[in-house]
Amino acid sequence: MNRHLPSAAFAPSRRGFLIAATASGLLFSFAGAGPASAGGGYEPTLWYAIDRDGTVTVHVVRAEMGQHVGTATARILADELEADWDKVRIDHVDSDPKWGLMVTGGSWSIWQNFPLMSQAGAAGRIALIDEGARLMGVDPAACMARNSVVSGAGKSITYGEIVARGELKRSFTAQELAKMPIKPVAERRLIGKQTAARDIPGKTNGKAVYGLDAKVTGMVYARPKLPPTRNDSVVVAIDDSAAKAVPGYIESRALEDPSGTVTGWVMVYAKSFVAATRAVDLVKVTWKAGSSAQVSESDLQAHAMALIADRKAGSMVVDDPGVDAAFAGATKTLEATYTTASALHFQMEPINALAFEKDGVFEIHTGNQWQSLVLPWLAKALGRPETSIVMRTYLLGGGFGRRLNGDYAVGAALASKAIGGKPVKMVCTRADDCRFDSFRSPSVQTVRMAFGEGGRVTAMEHSACAGWPTEVMASFFMPKGMNGVPYDPFAISGANHWYSVGAQRVRAISNDLANRSFRPGWLRSVGPGWTNWAVESFMDEAAHAAGQDPVAFRLALLDAAGRNSGAADGPSAVGGARRQAGVLNRLARAVDWGKPLPANTGLGVATTFGQERDMPTWTACAARVRVDPASGKVKVEKLTLVVDAGTIVDPGGARAQVEGASLWGMSLALFEGTEFANGQVKDTNLGAYTPLRMADVPEMEIVFVDSAEVPVGLGEPATTVVGPAIGNAIFAASGARVRHLPIRPKAVLEALKART
Amino acid sequence: MTTFQLNGRTVSPDSPGDAPLLWVIRDDIGLTGTKFGCGIAACGACTVHVNGKAVRSCVTPLSTMAGAQVTTIEGLDPKDAHPLQTAWIELQVPQCGYCQSGQIMQAAALLKTNPAPSDAQIDSAMNGNLCRCMAYVRIKQAIKLAAARMQGAKA
Repeated sequence: MNRHLPSAAFAPSRRGFLIAATASGLLFSFAGAGPASAGGGYEPTLWYAIDRDGTVTVHVVRAEMGQHVGTATARILADELEADWDKVRIDHVDSDPKWGLMVTGGSWSIWQNFPLMSQAGAAGRIALIDEGARLMGVDPAACMARNSVVSGAGKSITYGEIVARGELKRSFTAQELAKMPIKPVAERRLIGKQTAARDIPGKTNGKAVYGLDAKVTGMVYARPKLPPTRNDSVVVAIDDSAAKAVPGYIESRALEDPSGTVTGWVMVYAKSFVAATRAVDLVKVTWKAGSSAQVSESDLQAHAMALIADRKAGSMVVDDPGVDAAFAGATKTLEATYTTASALHFQMEPINALAFEKDGVFEIHTGNQWQSLVLPWLAKALGRPETSIVMRTYLLGGGFGRRLNGDYAVGAALASKAIGGKPVKMVCTRADDCRFDSFRSPSVQTVRMAFGEGGRVTAMEHSACAGWPTEVMASFFMPKGMNGVPYDPFAISGANHWYSVGAQRVRAISNDLANRSFRPGWLRSVGPGWTNWAVESFMDEAAHAAGQDPVAFRLALLDAAGRNSGAADGPSAVGGARRQAGVLNRLARAVDWGKPLPANTGLGVATTFGQERDMPTWTACAARVRVDPASGKVKVEKLTLVVDAGTIVDPGGARAQVEGASLWGMSLALFEGTEFANGQVKDTNLGAYTPLRMADVPEMEIVFVDSAEVPVGLGEPATTVVGPAIGNAIFAASGARVRHLPIRPKAVLEALKART
Repeated sequence: MTTFQLNGRTVSPDSPGDAPLLWVIRDDIGLTGTKFGCGIAACGACTVHVNGKAVRSCVTPLSTMAGAQVTTIEGLDPKDAHPLQTAWIELQVPQCGYCQSGQIMQAAALLKTNPAPSDAQIDSAMNGNLCRCMAYVRIKQAIKLAAARMQGAKA
């Protein structure tokens, strides 16, 4: 689905590369080439610079939210540049149009940066060798670069000296870049080697600076008083008489928001956050509530069920000929419906932003994952051009998709605008953060399978309905289905799996009631985080219905035939379903699949392709669980994961991502779920909302497949497999089939009673 | 006005007595390593030491600090080289890092009273500290590594 992204944002093949000397050193930049940049000559997109002492500064446009993306990105570049890693600095940049698309999500960063940074580094290395050779008076062909030094014919010169003494000016055409010789695997000196992430030391001593830590002289604090519904509430009256007794309370104002982002907000200003917090509780606001004040989780799910039942609803993402005929002629059919509850981001750092106007520019200081999305909202809200707004970059106290939606920045900006652009630090309490969360929509999915002669699978149909974040916030990202209806790729991917199931139909349905009632969000692993709950639970059910072993059943369908060969899904999908079968086979061996287990203990598997077909991270997971038949409680004893993510840039960081992502999967499977109740999420703090804790962590075994293929994503894929693996393990342990996430003991008990 | 020792320095912040210690430390004194997570003592991001014990500063009123010795992550070790801090770097524990000040302060208090905790004792002591990135595997490994080194140094 990446093919639907605005391609100019990261398409090195269309761009040339420029190297230019400046007063302080050398700039290395991609340049727009051809018609796109006509008029301006070229628009350099600066990626790195080398100064006269040899320091290489890499500009990183991705948000640092725990994935150590700066380190990995810089190492890709430094490896090809043959730079001394100790001389490499990482600069997380503020928003600027020159960076192009600024978004950190989708597990895309390394996948997108790898070709870009490799080519940029290689171009720089070639230019430095040529100029170094000229300065030394030797043939460039006799020279090599290593550790920021060019050497040849018994002489050597450092990159710093070349920058200081040389007259380096070089450009590479797009064609030259595309043919740039990227080093063979054996020549890699940084990629694939253990390293220490640059962002880590400051995270052990209190020196790391997050959005919450941003401050400027003279700022006041603010906390929003949130309306009864996410959309369409109107402020009728504000009574702040009681709040005036709070020392430090300043005032309360209803925000005017032309962008419709923070409709109905009343901002409460005070001299300290403590005073703002207390004043909010004393300010009385009368609202005319929006229509969702009467909407609850059961309404959302009932609406989804009705939409699924309407055969005409939705977008046909896959629609092979012969699906209906196959079902009509089936010797046997199987159908099951799977649901998931609303789930919160609950990133540790509550949403916050500092905003003020200075020298004609509106500055927003906050952690954010998608600056390019929120800047137009800010422009509309503030009534000023995007060019006069800048997002200053900070570390994120957790992203997980919450900060892809920068709505909170709009609230802070409007709070500042309302008092003449003076600095306002808006901080939400945890309850505010939860109430204003763009949580993961509840979902309903119905999956059907047709079997023919000899139990052969002849057709499969998957209908999925949920609130669509991309429709609500970024409809330009929506491709069209085969019936011409646009769909949210991040609310269906996963259903278009790599199993060969005969005639296949995948139908994505937008839950319009959800879209109106709250702002659905992208949550770590997005669609595949819940579509695979259906796909992989169903594959298990289908295997049992067919009287086959669940691993053998899957392997037979992962035949890499036809569209599942990988040939049609781009270079990252090389090998196709054969690689998915590979991780599943390896997993089966790792867990000794088929070995008898103690009573009430079971092993369940699930396998997915991670996020997207053209960026597949082949992932397989086995969960070993023990089910207490008396209480319905499920104890996860061990998770085993096998991951084929192609080339691994930073092995330690990669493992950390899989550790965290798989525990996220477990947390969403067993511990995390809330419900929408009368226009609001019900659970707004810990105690009620209960993410996984240290004592819940099972034994874990993570295996990476050794590979030199294209590096793909790692931040999310492991999240997608754990839930269904646990569900399938519960069935293996007890015969109880659960079809709702999160899996609560009560549901296990009910499923135990329902056993046939 | 309440006077106490913060990282060995005498402070008398201006905030009212019922202000939570967390915001006094962050906004009055300006040490931002201690974090705000839940505000109800349920996530541990705001953990500091008061007279050597791990305390959730988000629910601790300033007025109760009179004469107390308060230590934040910034004051844990003069060189930021407490065995937990070095173990945290060595095992590359933090992801987003937001909870880690609290995790380290909680673990430091644990090792003070129990220099060689078992796995179950670590779970029990650390269960109140939420890590949303779920870096728990490494947090636990790092506590064990630091404990072993501290024991070794004593021997």
